[in-house]
Amino acid sequence: MAEASYPEELLYHPEHDWVRFDGDIATFGITWFAQDALGEVVFFDPPEVGSSTTAGESYAEVESVKAVSDVIAPLSGEIVEVNTALGDDPEKINDDPYGEGWLVKVSLSDPAEKDSLLDQASYVQTLE
Amino acid sequence: MAASADTLKRTPLHERHVEAGAKMVPFAGWHMPVQYGGIRQEHIAVRRGAGVFDVSHMGEIETRGPGAAAFLQRLLSNDVEKIAVGAAQYSVLCRDDGGVLDDLFTYRLADDRYLTVTNASNHDKDLAWFERHARDAADVEVVDRHADYAMLAVQGADARGIVTEALGGELPERFRSADLDGVLVAGTGYTGEDGVELLLPPGEAVRVWDAVVERGATPAGLAARDTLRLEVCFHLYGNDLMEERGPIEAGLGWCCKEATGFVGADAVRAAREAGPREKLVPFVMTGPGIARQGNEVAGGGVVTSGTLSPCLEVGIGMAYLPAERAQPGTEFEIDVRGKTRSARVERRPLYRPEES
Repeated sequence: MAEASYPEELLYHPEHDWVRFDGDIATFGITWFAQDALGEVVFFDPPEVGSSTTAGESYAEVESVKAVSDVIAPLSGEIVEVNTALGDDPEKINDDPYGEGWLVKVSLSDPAEKDSLLDQASYVQTLE
Repeated sequence: MAASADTLKRTPLHERHVEAGAKMVPFAGWHMPVQYGGIRQEHIAVRRGAGVFDVSHMGEIETRGPGAAAFLQRLLSNDVEKIAVGAAQYSVLCRDDGGVLDDLFTYRLADDRYLTVTNASNHDKDLAWFERHARDAADVEVVDRHADYAMLAVQGADARGIVTEALGGELPERFRSADLDGVLVAGTGYTGEDGVELLLPPGEAVRVWDAVVERGATPAGLAARDTLRLEVCFHLYGNDLMEERGPIEAGLGWCCKEATGFVGADAVRAAREAGPREKLVPFVMTGPGIARQGNEVAGGGVVTSGTLSPCLEVGIGMAYLPAERAQPGTEFEIDVRGKTRSARVERRPLYRPEES
């Protein structure tokens, strides 16, 4: 997607990750800003289902033509699903970062961590 | 220390890049476009049609006077006497110990006038090296011409047609140069495709840029320049070439003529006779992952360049490997950020542009 966008219904981590909540399960991805900074994503190295994420620490790598970047976990938990479609089509991370470009689904171990995340307006402020 | 955008030098095309929405980055003290629409799109445009690159950050040194040829013969590794007026030649600049200071193209503009194009990051160092040696040489003058030239590279199968229309006149053949109305046109490039490089007065840069873009050349940034050159295994100074390594291990023995007695010739001859301990080789990744500059090779060696090849759609790169494991077909492993990734030594070039 060519134009910057930051959906209001998501929460954000300052390291340019987003979170969508669905009951006890949270979906993680990277923001429009992150995919734009990386450029064309060519490789997503997913973590294993069953492994854990720790808020503020790297849980995966995304690689573009020019560079490789750690993906920082916005929240802690256990990975219950990874977006295997990105194996063949990693460019979905560029084309649809909040939809088909989602990265993992996580069963949260400490839902209270959510309070440390930014809402859309606060996140967008960090980009200015 | 990172320079801020306002202390960086700007080429005459800076405004054009910003207007086009290019992503601008600091590069060797310059504020340069790294990409416009996207690396792969720009890369493919050059392979299938034509692209235009602003390479005005590259430097120029003019050497002139009756002693110019003898002086350059002493500094440059290749046989400078072989450059006819209107011809171009690639060479390296070596230290006494054979370490590579820069890799350069030299154009002979007239009987006793030569223009040498430097890498942006090395220009000041090269100029100081030229000036220092000129003090002991007779009948030669070294002039910094960096501020007098903008430089564009128009590359791809359609590049010559586009430039012919834009400039008028007859373009020089490959590795030749010609003056067209004050624009020095050279049949050289850094992409493996046919095309030309234009050295022109800075005030002319916008007009010529617009003229080639209007005729279908796609603006391309430094990132595509890097992926294009790596597919055809051209060296990049600072990645594949450095003062700590010599031209023989870098596979550049073909442009070193030790008999000319250039600075560093004894060291280069010794390296050639003994055989290098490590050799620079092209490689492809045989599994997932992309190796990057600085990644270490299991059992010795190091990756100096790495990217995804937009044409081959696999990870590619160049690495210094122990000479006994540098033969094409040799499988090896690279530590890519803590993960073991598989690669194989290939022949150069990794990508062969279609004959046109």
